[in-house]
Amino acid sequence: MDQSVITPTDAAGSLRHVRADFPILSQKVHGKDLVFLDSAASAQKPRQVIDCMADTMRTQYANIHRGLYWMSERTTEAYEAVRDQVARFLGAAAREEIVFTRNSTEAINLVAHSYGGLLKPGQVVLVSEMEHHANLVPWQMLRDRMGIELRIIPITDDGALDMEALERNLADGRVALVAITHMSNVLGTITDARAIIDMAHAAGAKVLLDGSQLAVHRRVNVQELGADFYVVTGHKLYGPTGIGVLWARRELLEAMPPFLGGGDMISTVSFERSTWANVPHKFEAGTPAIIETIGLGAALAYIESIGFDAIGAHEDALTAYALKALGNVNGLKVIGMAPQRGGVISFTMKDVHPHDIATLLDRNGIAVRAGHHCAEPLMRRLGVTATARASFGIYTTPEEIDFLAATLEQIRGFFV
Amino acid sequence: MAQDDLYRTVVLERAKAPQYAGPLPAATLNGQGANPLCGDRVQLHAVLDGQGRIEAIRHETRGCAICAASADLMAGRVTGQDRAHVGRLHAELVEAVETGTAPADLGELAAFAPLHQHRSRRRCALLPWSALIDMLNDDKNG
Repeated sequence: MDQSVITPTDAAGSLRHVRADFPILSQKVHGKDLVFLDSAASAQKPRQVIDCMADTMRTQYANIHRGLYWMSERTTEAYEAVRDQVARFLGAAAREEIVFTRNSTEAINLVAHSYGGLLKPGQVVLVSEMEHHANLVPWQMLRDRMGIELRIIPITDDGALDMEALERNLADGRVALVAITHMSNVLGTITDARAIIDMAHAAGAKVLLDGSQLAVHRRVNVQELGADFYVVTGHKLYGPTGIGVLWARRELLEAMPPFLGGGDMISTVSFERSTWANVPHKFEAGTPAIIETIGLGAALAYIESIGFDAIGAHEDALTAYALKALGNVNGLKVIGMAPQRGGVISFTMKDVHPHDIATLLDRNGIAVRAGHHCAEPLMRRLGVTATARASFGIYTTPEEIDFLAATLEQIRGFFV
Repeated sequence: MAQDDLYRTVVLERAKAPQYAGPLPAATLNGQGANPLCGDRVQLHAVLDGQGRIEAIRHETRGCAICAASADLMAGRVTGQDRAHVGRLHAELVEAVETGTAPADLGELAAFAPLHQHRSRRRCALLPWSALIDMLNDDKNG
């Protein structure tokens, strides 16, 4: 899109009406209207999610799976219906491929523990330079536990994955798994998942995609992508905290040993030995996050009622608008300009520390993140200790971007 | 945006044009403090007199404006003071950033009182002080 011809009206798309669904957006911060530009960390919740969770606790709640009474059976149905919903949302081949976890971090740890435990010393896991700590630290722990090798694929200076380096690293045939973000939480870069998967599979490697950011902004179809593992987290999808999802191919889940032991994940138990439940329950030990899972279902229904065509168009227009608006702020430098990118924009300002930027924006009601964004190695690669980051949701408006840019210009004025 | 009550002129001026920044070749005491979460780092260099008072102090600060201004205002304020006085000032500053109310004799350091609304930024103002207290406590002659 030609950025020069985008007007605030264009960039607003058709989503302005959704703001009425988010009660928190009418709150004041330091006496100013809240301008929430930290959705990449955690998105705000529509009343459809809030009401669904509260109504569940008011009218239809009991522990699930083992209760023989009406209330337990109804709650089990509501909980398991979300598994069907998630399977459709991700384009999974079967509901049994959906494992509920606490968040993306736990989903990746599950794979690192259970699939990683099947790897042999000398096999390789590849991650990229732009991973969130959640997709780096579990593999470091696996390396130290199992004697595997962990390799880091560099990024290019504009923040895209270095595909030639990926190909070189796959060439020796020792790579068992490529674990890579589908969209960077710092740079906004959307990786070419299809190309990564094709290259990895040609070299005999499986692929895990961290979809924590991407699944909020684009429709995901794991079968069309040809992925092996995909993780998402509910609280970025306008749903509650405490619920995430691991999708994996059924044959992989069946070959993997359990992650946590306890109730619900067993078939039979004696003092001598236990046998495991079928997938996905083998990976869901203990009473799960029942209310949160049902809340996730409400969040996915809400997203689908808007539709990814509208969400994608809104965010593309808003991102282009923001890149232009921020580009006009004196001394501001956007970090990461990959050709394919989403609504996450990191930046620095000459002579102003990112923490001062964040505090001064906050005092004007604008919530942005500042720091290393759980990606310290990436910060070192970029040669900065921290950045400020503005990230957008379906409720973000071009007027909010204008206010951000104008306030940044004023902040700059304080420091020069 | 009008004059901000946290980023007052004194904070911005001392961050931009510090009066006590740089090395101190005659230093007999050297210390440092760092905040690994944000990368702020303060190095301190000082000379004490025979009575344990700070005769001269300089700081080298890499960090945000709050941290840099705090280090510079601290250096001015503690020159000529002993460890006990530094401890009292530190306690008063902690009270100010936690409650938003500055004791009357805190002077220019009261500029940091609005940090009570910014819990995550209090440590930026307090880092130079904790580095100074650690340095004085580590002084074998103290």
